[in-house]
Amino acid sequence: MKIVVCIKQVPDTVEVKIDPKTGTLIRDGVPSIINHDDKTGLEAALTLKEKLGGTVTVVSMGPPQADVALREALAMGCDEAYLVSAREFGGSDTYATSGILAAALEKVGYDLIITGRQAIDGDTAQVGPQIAEKLQLPQVSYVEEVVDAGADFVVVRRQFEDGYHIVKVKTPCLLTAIAELAEPRYMSVGGVFEAYQKEIKTIGFEELKDGLELDMIGLKGSPTNVYKSFTKEMKGTGTVLNDVTPEQAVDAIIKKLEEKFII
Amino acid sequence: MSKGIFVVIEQRSGKVQNVGLELIGESTRLKEDLKDDVVAVLLGHEIEGEVDKLYHYGADKVILVDSPYLKNYVTEPYTKAITAIVKEYDPEIMLFGASSIGRDVAPRVASRVKTGLVADTTGLRMAKTEEEFAKEAAMGCEDPTRALLMTRPAFGGNIMATLMCPRTKPQMATVRPGVMRRIEKDKSRTGELIKFNVDFTDADMNVEILEVVKADKKHADLTEAKMIVSGGRGIGGPQGFDMIRDVADALGAEIGSSRACVDAGWIEKDRQVGQTGKTVRPELYMACGISGAIQHVAGMENSEVVISINKNDTAPIFEVSDLGIVGDVKVILPRLADAIRKYKEAKASN
Amino acid sequence: MEFGYSKEHVLLRDLYRKFAETEVAPLAEELDEEERFPVETLGKLARFGFMGIPFPKEYGGAGGDYLAYSMAVEELAKVCATTAVIVSAHTSLCAGPIYMFGTEEQKQKFLVPLAKGEKLGAFGLTEPSAGTDSSMQQTTAKLDGDEYVLNGTKVFITNAGYADTYVIVAMTDKSKGNRGISAFIVEKDTPGFTIGNKERKMGIRGSATCELIFENCRIPKENLLGREGQGFKVAMQTLDGGRIGIASQALGIAEGAIEECVKYVMERKQFKKKIGQFQNTQFELADMAAKVEAVKLLVYEAACEKDAHRPYSHLSAMAKYLAGATASDVTRRCLQLYGGYGYTRDYPIERMMRDAKITEIYEGTSEVQKIVISSWMGLK
Repeated sequence: MKIVVCIKQVPDTVEVKIDPKTGTLIRDGVPSIINHDDKTGLEAALTLKEKLGGTVTVVSMGPPQADVALREALAMGCDEAYLVSAREFGGSDTYATSGILAAALEKVGYDLIITGRQAIDGDTAQVGPQIAEKLQLPQVSYVEEVVDAGADFVVVRRQFEDGYHIVKVKTPCLLTAIAELAEPRYMSVGGVFEAYQKEIKTIGFEELKDGLELDMIGLKGSPTNVYKSFTKEMKGTGTVLNDVTPEQAVDAIIKKLEEKFII
Repeated sequence: MSKGIFVVIEQRSGKVQNVGLELIGESTRLKEDLKDDVVAVLLGHEIEGEVDKLYHYGADKVILVDSPYLKNYVTEPYTKAITAIVKEYDPEIMLFGASSIGRDVAPRVASRVKTGLVADTTGLRMAKTEEEFAKEAAMGCEDPTRALLMTRPAFGGNIMATLMCPRTKPQMATVRPGVMRRIEKDKSRTGELIKFNVDFTDADMNVEILEVVKADKKHADLTEAKMIVSGGRGIGGPQGFDMIRDVADALGAEIGSSRACVDAGWIEKDRQVGQTGKTVRPELYMACGISGAIQHVAGMENSEVVISINKNDTAPIFEVSDLGIVGDVKVILPRLADAIRKYKEAKASN
Repeated sequence: MEFGYSKEHVLLRDLYRKFAETEVAPLAEELDEEERFPVETLGKLARFGFMGIPFPKEYGGAGGDYLAYSMAVEELAKVCATTAVIVSAHTSLCAGPIYMFGTEEQKQKFLVPLAKGEKLGAFGLTEPSAGTDSSMQQTTAKLDGDEYVLNGTKVFITNAGYADTYVIVAMTDKSKGNRGISAFIVEKDTPGFTIGNKERKMGIRGSATCELIFENCRIPKENLLGREGQGFKVAMQTLDGGRIGIASQALGIAEGAIEECVKYVMERKQFKKKIGQFQNTQFELADMAAKVEAVKLLVYEAACEKDAHRPYSHLSAMAKYLAGATASDVTRRCLQLYGGYGYTRDYPIERMMRDAKITEIYEGTSEVQKIVISSWMGLK
């Protein structure tokens, strides 16, 4: 089975800070990581490969710096890696991104595609389903467990807010992974050295242009556009009591609850 | 011309979910500017009994697709039905709940009808200012007075972004549950029911549901809770939730948690409040031993009253608190639980 | 010398740090408190390739280099000196000499499972009367037919009891002094080979440090490592490499102490200020950070020179000497910045201070390192 996992390199938002003067994100020095849901997908793919045989291919769309995310995936045990990168692709929204990735996946070939549910920088959860739509594949999103798998099917547990479905789907198909699906393995030391001996193939605009809706890629072709970005207003500061005894603290809380008609 | 504010109503087991009613409520507010009808799209099997409820909460029309193919949620039949409705009615705006169903079907519909989709929005409004009109027009929007501005958090809630979808219709968004307000229920309201037929085939069922399981809900959903007492790393360990539970029980509140405790395995994931957890807006949010990282604050800042206890006087949680106590949760919480019980007893005997 | 790491090393650092923080750090306090050997960590270390970093893939290794290995020991030591020394003794002192001096058959039989981490290694040189003066070997090995017969006792042997494979140094011909010493590979459970007393130590308390007792222990003569009489050379070259491991361990302990201390001084308040806002604290930590950075360059230089197959004994001696001294100094000064809390077991700094001391003692005391350095300078 040829499993292809789509990953995104994202800033580690745990480390993202806001410049108190300008109110903008400080991205300098913020480490980049493989998006967590995507890494979960990598683990699921590697586990499936161990069970069924076959290969795991990793694909990322992004700037050349995304190389390191692909190397990390190789160091975890993936067999081959593709970087989808071109100036024309920059600024793409989810519609445009999924079109480009779908075209790239056609080139790469697949039996099973796994993406993370959503990326921590954008949080849209749209690219996975939209790739499936463009490739006319069945999808199962919010996959929290792979229950069974064979040469031409997978059975997965699909999470809902109030329960789950056990779903059987024939390959080729697309799954989106959530954190519950798997605990990603570490890279291995040997894997790191091998990762840098492998070639990462770049897929650029020229290779894909025949398979793209050319008026719907990049910043200009994206159907949605950012009007503006701003930082959130914080709620006004209330009272902070320092140096109070536990009894005074409890009294103050009770008083506040009373004042607000909570008790 | 595109017309109508369409809301795709989420139903599970034949029951309309809150988020759909919230979106109808929000649509009635958009209608004040746009003047278009609010149209609820209800998909399912044997669910006509839910239609009146949609009128009561503000829908002018209901489009009902009733089919056994729609009994359980499966991506393709739902996508096919909604796409057919879009093609037939050409809506100006189409909204979905940003639930695990809405976020599965909306992207497929958007892709199939070739329009944009803004995910997980927390604010919607029609363009109104000259500046907004100009920007929409510059991006190719033919009638900026009908342009929707959609605001959503990005970068883990650190930044808010307002997006537009100037050239393609419908203007589509998924909307985070719990953020918008329902309007007051009015049982006298009625509307127009349109029964819409979709030709489903067995080929549409391209995945096979082997089993449908409802997880037994141990607790009320946090997003519906009126009061939440939340614990963070400062409670010291899994046993710290015992004292959180004690205070919560005394108040009649639900238990919440910061991400740190969930990651550490101290409490179940469904208790997590914050950017990667749930957005809550209770009347009371008590943050105990929670430092108030921006990702957490993103999920609770709309609470009516925030009381926080933290031993670090520079904890950012204090910046969003109505009352902050610098102190040790382990000392204060047990006393607080007792005090609340005593207060309630005294009140009851009066 | 080129500054800056290769891409491989940057990615490895990421792996090491995540592994150390997630798998190793949570156990550190308990291993110390209970003097418990972290058996559960060995399988994980093996799975992710930590047990054979500098050895080629054909011998079961990761195909990496000594710098990669040094960085691994460093990152492990930042959070747990015990785990670091297990890897260091295994890699440098057991797998290392088999790789350097073993025959192809010995490499296939012993190095491959060691490098894969399927087996754990140890090294036996020190004896009750042969510590710094390791030429005073009392353990003997006599050829008897197709077997060597070992008799004697080794002490202070790291990984003893848990290791499967031991490189043992013994006297084959007393009349020849150092040139009468030979090295052997001994497998656990060989009749006549038992593990003696376990030491109760000040630091690295999770690491097993025991006696090895040989009583008419017969091993096949194919287990002679190198030639007969080459044992002293095997031991000295093994220690040259081992010192890079211990220097890395000391470096890691010092870095870990500074990281912990910086966190603490930015939380702890006195006189209504964070103690990290006082200039004494700032200058102390700045001084320590600068020294540790200098040590790091020296340790990495020693590793890189070994990788480049250039003479490096003096560098590994310098690195171990300075790293050990710095680790002891830095942990003591960090503890001082903690004040009273630092002296309690609620904080890791007292453990780090106890752990640091051994790096000035084992695999050649600081004094031995100065002998190696001065003799390289021509001071004989």
